[in-house]
Order: sequence, then structure tokens, then C-alpha cells
Amino acid sequence: MKLKSLLLGAVAATGLAPAAFAERGADGHVNIIYWQAPSILNPYLSSGTKDLESASLVIEPLGRYDQTGALVPYLAEEIPTIENGGVAADLTSITWKLKSGLKWSDGSPVTSADVKFTADYCMHPEGGCAQLAKFQGVSSIDVVDDLTVKVTFAEPKPNPYGPFMGAQSPIIQKAQFENCTGAKAPECTSANFGPIGTGPFVVTEFKPNDVISMVANPNYRDPAKPAFATLTFKGGGDATAAGRAVLETGEFDYAWNLQLAPDVIANMLKGGKGETVAAFGSLVERIEMNMTDPSPSLPEGERSTAKHPHPALSDVRVRKALSMAIDRALLVEIGYGQAGRPTCNLVPAPALYASDNTDCMTQDIEGAKALLDEAGWKVGAGGIREKDGKKLSLLYQTSTNAVRQDFQALIKQWWSEIGVETELRNISGSVFFGGDPGSPDTFQKFYADVEMYANNFDGTDPESYLAQHTCEKAPKPESQWQGENINRFCDPAYDALVAELGRTGELSKRGEIAKKLNDMLTKDSYVVVPLVDRGRVSAHAKSLGGVVLNTWDSELWNAADWYRIK
Amino acid sequence: MTEPIQNAAPTGALTDPIPSSPPRSQWHDVWDQFKHHKGAMLGGVIFLLIVLLVFVGPWFWPFDATHIDIRARNQGPTWAHPLGTDQLGRDTLARMMAGGQTSVSVGITAMLLALFLGSLIGVLAGFFRQLDGLLMRMTDLFLALPLLPLLLVMVLLFRDPLNAAFGPETGIFILIVCAIGVTSWMPTARIVRGDVLALKEREFVLAARSIGTTNARMITRHILPNVLSPIMVSATLGIANAIITESALSFLGLGFPPDFPTWGRLLFDATDYLQQYPERVFWPGLAISLTVLSVNYLGDGLRDALDPRIRGR
Amino acid sequence: MLTFTIRRLVLAVPTLLFISLVIFLLLELAPGDPMAQVPLTVPPEVKERMREALGLGEPVHVRFVKWLVQFFWIEPQVLFDNLFGTNLTEGQQRVLSWQTRSPVMDIVVQRLPQTLWVVGMSYVLGVLIALPIGIYSAYRQYSVFDQLGTFISMIGFSVPTFFTGVLLIVLFSVHLGWFPSIYDTTHKITDWDSFVFQLRQMAMPVFVLALYNAAQISRFMRASMLDNLNQDYVRTARAKGLGEKTVVLVHVLRNSMIPVVTVIALGVPQVFGGAIITEQVFKVNGLGHLLIGAIEANDLPMVQTLTFIFALLIVIFNLIADVLYGILDPRIRYD
Repeated sequence: MKLKSLLLGAVAATGLAPAAFAERGADGHVNIIYWQAPSILNPYLSSGTKDLESASLVIEPLGRYDQTGALVPYLAEEIPTIENGGVAADLTSITWKLKSGLKWSDGSPVTSADVKFTADYCMHPEGGCAQLAKFQGVSSIDVVDDLTVKVTFAEPKPNPYGPFMGAQSPIIQKAQFENCTGAKAPECTSANFGPIGTGPFVVTEFKPNDVISMVANPNYRDPAKPAFATLTFKGGGDATAAGRAVLETGEFDYAWNLQLAPDVIANMLKGGKGETVAAFGSLVERIEMNMTDPSPSLPEGERSTAKHPHPALSDVRVRKALSMAIDRALLVEIGYGQAGRPTCNLVPAPALYASDNTDCMTQDIEGAKALLDEAGWKVGAGGIREKDGKKLSLLYQTSTNAVRQDFQALIKQWWSEIGVETELRNISGSVFFGGDPGSPDTFQKFYADVEMYANNFDGTDPESYLAQHTCEKAPKPESQWQGENINRFCDPAYDALVAELGRTGELSKRGEIAKKLNDMLTKDSYVVVPLVDRGRVSAHAKSLGGVVLNTWDSELWNAADWYRIK
Repeated sequence: MTEPIQNAAPTGALTDPIPSSPPRSQWHDVWDQFKHHKGAMLGGVIFLLIVLLVFVGPWFWPFDATHIDIRARNQGPTWAHPLGTDQLGRDTLARMMAGGQTSVSVGITAMLLALFLGSLIGVLAGFFRQLDGLLMRMTDLFLALPLLPLLLVMVLLFRDPLNAAFGPETGIFILIVCAIGVTSWMPTARIVRGDVLALKEREFVLAARSIGTTNARMITRHILPNVLSPIMVSATLGIANAIITESALSFLGLGFPPDFPTWGRLLFDATDYLQQYPERVFWPGLAISLTVLSVNYLGDGLRDALDPRIRGR
Repeated sequence: MLTFTIRRLVLAVPTLLFISLVIFLLLELAPGDPMAQVPLTVPPEVKERMREALGLGEPVHVRFVKWLVQFFWIEPQVLFDNLFGTNLTEGQQRVLSWQTRSPVMDIVVQRLPQTLWVVGMSYVLGVLIALPIGIYSAYRQYSVFDQLGTFISMIGFSVPTFFTGVLLIVLFSVHLGWFPSIYDTTHKITDWDSFVFQLRQMAMPVFVLALYNAAQISRFMRASMLDNLNQDYVRTARAKGLGEKTVVLVHVLRNSMIPVVTVIALGVPQVFGGAIITEQVFKVNGLGHLLIGAIEANDLPMVQTLTFIFALLIVIFNLIADVLYGILDPRIRYD
């Protein structure tokens, strides 16, 4: 009761009359559970989803992506475009205007100096900013007036919505972080654990890797919101337990990302305490084909490098046959249910960039066999194909995850039907996705013939995502095995087209080029074999209203609008 | 057979006749005593049955443990699949048998290795004072090492050489057994050492020493038989531990390939389906418990049989 | 015995330094990268910059010495500051976690209460249950009680806690609704009701762990008692006309305690190490959860510090066990 009157007092003090039908803090307490626990609330020091999304309750960017991927203004008055003059016609600058009257949760006004400071904070050379990619190509940030800030790029930027857009790039308060730039960033523990923000909630207690307690922000720009006075954000455990806590026992109101087998979720729903929501983004589970030879008989330093092309997989017919043998619809049914759909594309969304390629949708075992025969791989002893005395035997690796292991088993069986022998290997995610050049098991090193994982792109523009497959980005010993062109695909025509995409500003043309690039990687060459367009399933209690699942930004992007259904 | 022993104990020695013929072989006596131990015999029979079932069973069973029949997934017990099928339609009985081969062999070998290392280090440290400090500090070190990074490093260093030398399956088997053995001998060593420290001050050790018994003979003849009971308990605990650790290893991707079933892995995978298909948890759980239980009774019987104070009464 | 203790304590210093070096090198050698949990959308150049900001660019020996100084010199001063309100460590760099970028020791202190409450309580409970069961089972070997005890303890340690935990949650949280399935670490005990709530949320994890601990310790207790019940001195004591209670609970028990003391002493550091799986299942988020999370995220300063604290406790409690041997059996001498 005390808290409520305090909040009301604060609202009254700002001179804004509370709306008659809704009242800030009227709906009491809300519980959120993420099965990964947030470590820090400063997205510039950590880019883990758990950290970004928990921080999104507290600090906000100028604009966010909504559930359709469209841009919506948050702290900005409107989204700058070429049409409204916010983006320069030559694409070299973008000018943002803040809403007037915005206040930080401590009551001080939000100004363009805070916006500029945010950029300086991240672009500090010693800071090790996790979101530096967002500020790539920025040459200067200028404060025009108290509410206006202009971002200038070194060269034309067809997609200027990198800085200050989305959960990765929220505005932080200059006064709070002023002494925390560069090497001093990690020393400001209290700021990193409790940033002062403009979002609907304010941190009262942060226990790293465990739990966050929050209360409603008394200075939130909408006087009627948020409906909840307090919030608990619990982290840790596993997806099963999180789902159970919302759907079966009703202890929590919202559970993030239930990566569970469809029948497990279906059974939990019988508990009757909650419901699931699903949405799709750009996350695609795929098999990557190694274009180079990973054979352990090669000397260290030459394995999986461009020096030795793969003895079998460098033939496009073999790659295509492997793809044809897969029944993607069945994979979805077994592994993802409502949270997945079969896809043949690397870029499945947004519609502007998604190719209409569907030629992998139907499984064709006989066609695959014929293709392998044509490629010269004849069935030999034990039903395994051979060519020049070499067996068609593949090592298939992925990270440890129940669904991925089921996929491995299924695909192994299909491949054995077309005469391909498969050895399976699973690797702990912290090793597989870590870039330790000393480990033979990282996905970049790719000491296997094929590997499976999922990847997506930030925001709605796939340019940098598609640019990952250019020749010079192949991981190699000289670059400490860093690089994003995992399958070592190399095609000068592709590189040229990527360069063209970087110069094109017109949206429809960009879409056309992106589709072409997507097709070059998938249906033309089968170096990337997409399997499932992975959506996200989250769960909320039946009594929690206002949830709109968003895969393009933080899932908690509209927590200010959440309310209790009575 | 419980009560007579208890009651006979105080008077037994007084009525013993003076032996007139040379004693029979010690192991003959041990076996004599062992086969009269009901629990041990029952444990032995169950253990043999489990071993037979998992190693011979697959020859008589039509399904392969990794064969997927997607149309038959999530089935309950039927005549074709007496234990049902899993989420991919693989036959649970076939998987239990295949998993048992791995789990039983890894469990037993790793347990034996850990026991051997633990007893050796424990006895040496307890018996030879000059070794005690060094060996026990080494034990402290091994107890302190974080298990996961240690396993990761072992896999990193030894997987490829072992695979090259012994082939992938035997290579991984050796690696896993060594990894579990090397990381679980320490409690046994500490316990054995503690007992040895007390034992070597006993009168019978003094007596043995006074007639010129060598150290080697002292250890094998007098010390080891007397620390057998904690070793046997360690053995039972060790086998359960090894089976579970093996599943944790393969879960981390450090063990057998993911389509290779083991009991621990089957149990772990089934935990998510606890509410829908409780029988999937039941079978591997039962198998592990039965194996551990039978080893426990075998150990009990062996210990009793090797105890000269009980034997022959 | 006093000189022995002092000598061992002095010797513990180089031992611990050596252990910390081995742990450091082990973590260094282990594959893994603090950037493993960074989304794949972050380009490699940015990751490289982030690694440098964590101090990974420096050579191994520099980082080891830095950690030594921070842990052995600066952290004790921080403790001193906190206790006496002084200001010795102003501006000095403490051991910082790579995940949270905050001092590791602060998080450890934050996690201690729930770990001690849940894991510590279950250990105490486990020992209290195990000793009488072990003693009675041995005294009445092969009785119904003994057989039942054997059976339950076999199940207790052959069925892993990841399964028993989930089973209890399904039974008591989902179907019966008696206990919460998620442990509330922000809960504070202020009155009777909140105390009852604390007991309710502790009930399931404590039960799971206590069963597991009791199963192990009772086996050792039973085996050791059995060994001693047949000894000559027992016969002598009985012949002397001592009561059965005295014979069993004083003479036999004292002589049977050596392996049990060893086992209990081995277990205490693990209480502080937390129970990784059980904490995970019930979301207790204690030190075990902290350690496993740090290992997964390759947060080396955190793993190093936690394992070292663990090593410290192992050395101390093994020393305590050695001293206790001498008290239990005065014939044991170390010099």
C-alpha cells in the first residue's frame, strides 16, 4: 500500500493526471522466468539474450522492431526515413529527434547528450563493447540541440538503423556512466547491475546469475503504465522447469523460449494454468557442408583449409543428394511442433528478403540415389557407396541438445538409405560455439564433414549475414580460425553480388539481390542445407494479458502494456 | 545364519580343535563360505542374468538399438515392443540391452580401476610414513581439480591418439574408463589410508613384524584383508557413480556418439517424459539399481568369505 | 598432535599455491572461450576486442600472478574494509568475473546463504540419519531392518538426483501443490509464516540430497561397525560384564568411526561446493549453480576462485580428519 501511494505521489508530482481507467501499479506483482540467468544489465558489456532482454525492461533504445519487424519509435519522436528527411538522401547520415519531456527514472531529463554519450561509451577503444558492430561505419555523432542528435557515417549506409535501434543498443544515462568508460567499464558494478533508465521498471535488487527484483518506474512516460507495481525476474534451471512453473504449477506468469519437444509442451498445457505463444524470426537450423577436406590424415594446419577440397562434398550432386534425402516436415513434427516450419532458405524472413525457393520440401530418396549414381558413387560392400576405393562416410557434428541429437539420428538413417555412412558426434555447446583455436571441436574449425547449428541475423536486414559467405571470411589457421564463412564456400560471383548489395539503397532492389544470394547458397550449390525455420515458443499464465511475442527485438519489448486479467 | 554367528563368536575359539592336517587352499575355503551366503548367491545370479541379457540378448532380438521406425514412435508395451518405443520409434528393449553393454562394462571397469588406484595409494600412504605426505597432498590436489575442465582436457589430449591406436569405439571406451577411474579414486584412497593408519598400530601387525614378515607380505596378508569392507562399499558406490558419470560425459559430448544408448543416457532423456511415459524412466532406473544392488550383495558375500573370523563357522 | 597440526598448516601454504597453479593451467588448457555464449551474429573482430577487454591478451604467467595478488592480497583487505569500515582497497582491482564484470567474492557471499541452508542442512540431516541406521543395521546384520536399509540406500545412490528431484516436483508441486517447484532466493524470514514458507521451499531439495548423503554414509558406517563387532576387544568388553549399550555405542562405535570420519570430512567441502544438479533442478541458485554456470561460460576468474576456495576447504577438512584419527585412536601417531 505504501509503495502505491508513493508511486501515485510521484505521478502527481510530474503534473500528469492518471488516466481514469488504468492506474500505474494497480495489478500488483508479476513473475518472469528465463531458464538462463542474467549476469549483467548492461547490454554493452554482454550480448547474451538473457542480459539484453532483462535489461530491456529498464533501458530503452530510440526505436524498436515490432512483432512484424517494422520499426516503431520508443524514445524518438518518429523513425527517421529518407521521406521525412531524417535520413540524408546520400545515405551518409541519420538524424534522430527525442520525444520531449522524457525523464530518467531518477527524475532528470533525457537529452541528446545522453544519446551521444551512449555511442561514445560503446565506441571507446578500450571498452571491449559487445555491440560495437552496431556502430560500425559511424564517423561522428553530433548533438544538434537538446533533443536532436545526428549520426554521420564514413560512407553511404543503406541500412542506417544500427545505432540506437533494438534491444542491443539502448540509451544509457550519461550522469551515471560518465566515469565508467573504457577500461573502467567493469569497475562500475552498481551501474552495470542497476542502470538508470527510461523503461517501465527500475531495478531494486540484482543478484547476478540468479534473480532481479524491480518496481514500476515512477517517471515512466505513460502515467498509466506499467500496470504492475513490482516484478521478479528469475533465471536459471532448464526449459522444462520453466515451462512447468508457468503451465502446470502457475508459480510464474511468463516463461521464455521453451525449447521442448512438442509433446512435452502439449502435456504441460493440460495443466490448464497457462498458454503458449509462438512467433517466427530469422533463426534457421541448417546443415553446413564442409567444402574442404577435414581428414585427420592431413597435417595440422592444412585440415579443413582451402588447400584440400573435400573428396566427396565438393561435388554439388553429392550435396544435393544429401539434402534430397531429408524429410523436413517430419523433422519439424518431431522436434519443434508449432515452433518450427520446414524451409529451404537461409533467409526465411522478412518477406522482402525471403526467396520463394521450396524445391527441397519433398523428400526424394530415389532421386538422391540416382544423383549419387550419376556422380560416380556406386553401392559397395555393406550398402555403402564407394568411388575410387573411397567410402562415402561422413562425420556429422553438432552441439549437445536433445532435439539436435534426435535430428542427427533421423538424418543418419535417411542417409544410410541412400548408401551414405554417417558417424555422429555431439559437443558441449560451450566448446562448440567457443572460438578457442586450441580446441579441435569448434564449429569454426569444422574438423567434420557436415555440421548442424542455427543462426540468424540482428534486426531485419540480412546484408551482413549474407556477407558472411565471402571467400576471405573463411576460418583458417592464419586468422586463428576466426571467420564466419563456416563452410569455406568461395565464389567470385557471390562476392561481387555482396559488394553490390552494399552499394544499393533502394529496398526492392536490395530484396532482389538478397534473394539471389540466398539461392546461390542453397538451391544452386547446396553448401548450406536449411532444415527448419525455427520460431520461438514462450508461455504465459492465462491471467497475464497484453503479451505480444516479438522475435525481432526483446521478447519483453512491450512489458509496459502487460496487465492482469481479472 | 545370522544368529548362530553372533552367539558362537565368544566361545568359538575355545572349542576349536588343534589343526592336525595342513590347511586346505585358502581360496577353497573362501568359495565354501561364499556359496553359503544367500545374499551373495542371489546377487551373483542377478548380476549374471543382467550380463547375459545385455550381451547375449541382442543376438536373439530382431530390432537394432539405433533403427528408427518413425511410425511406431511413443508406443506403450506391445508384443512387438515389450518395453515400448521412444520418441523416434526405436525399440526400448533393444536400447536397454545395447545400453547395458556399455553401462555394465564401463561401470565395472571404471570401478575396478578407481578401486585399484584408491587402494594402492591408500595402502602405500597409510603404511609407509615417508610416502604419506606426498601421496595425500596429491589426493588433495585431485579432489580439488574441477571435474568438467579436467575431462575436457583429457578428451582434448587423448581422444585422437587413442582413436588412432585402438579404433574409435575401443579408443573412446578406454578414454571414458580412464577418465572416470582417474577422477574417482580419491575417497577410496582417503578411507583406506585412515583404516591402515589405525591397523598398523594393532598388536597382530606388531606380532607379524616381530617374526620378520616383509612389508609386501604384511600388506597383502595382514593389511589388505582388514580394509576390505570399506573397499567393498566403495565398489558398490563406485559402480553407480561410474554409470551415472558416463551418461554425464556423453551428454557433454565427451563420451560415446549420441546415438549410442547407455542406461544413464536413457534415464536422462526419459526424465523429460516422466509424466507422459513413466515406464521409460522405470526401466533404466531399475536396471541401474539392480546392478548396484547385486554388486553390493556380491561384495558383502566376498567380504564375509574373506574374513577368517567368520569363515568356517 | 599440536606440532603435527602446526607443521601441516605450514605445509598447506605451498600445497595450496601449487594446487592453484595446477588449476590455473588446467583451465588455461581446457578448450573453451568466454565468447561461446555471445550470439553468432556478433562479428569476430568485436569478439576479439571483447576478449582483450577481459585481459585475455596478456600472457599466462602475468594473469596468474595478477590473480594471486588479487586473491591473496586485495580480497583479504576488502574483507578487512567491510569489517572495520576502513578504506584500504579504494581503487584497487579485485578478482572480477567475466560474466558479470563484478567482484567474484561479492557473488560468492551472496550465494552462501542458500547453499548453506539447503545443502548444509541436507548434509547434517543426512549424517544424523545415516549414523543410527548404519549402527543398527550392523548390529542386527541381515535382519529385516538391515535388508530394508540396504535396499533403500542402494536406490538412494543408484538413482541420480536429476531424476529423484523431477519426480518429487511432479508429485508434490504439480499434482499435490504442497511445495513450490522454484526456490525463491529473495525470500526473507521475518515472522512465523515466512519461516514456514522457507521450510516448505527447502523440503524437497533437502530431502533429495539428504537421502543421497545418508545412503552413502550409512553404508560405510555399517561396514565399519561389522568389522569391529567381531574383534577380540568386544568379546573382552562383554566378558568384563559391560552393558551391551556401552559395548556397542562406546567401544565399537569409537573404533568404527575412522572411515566414517573420513567420508564425512570429504563431504563437507562439497557442501560449500554446492550440489550442482539438485540446485539446478530446484533453482536454488547456490554455489554449485554458480560454478557450473561459470564453467559453461568459461568465466575463468570465477571458476579459478571458486575451485580454489573449494581446495582450501578440502585441505582444511582433510587435516581435521587426520587430527580426529589421532583422537579416536590414540595409537595413531604421525611423527
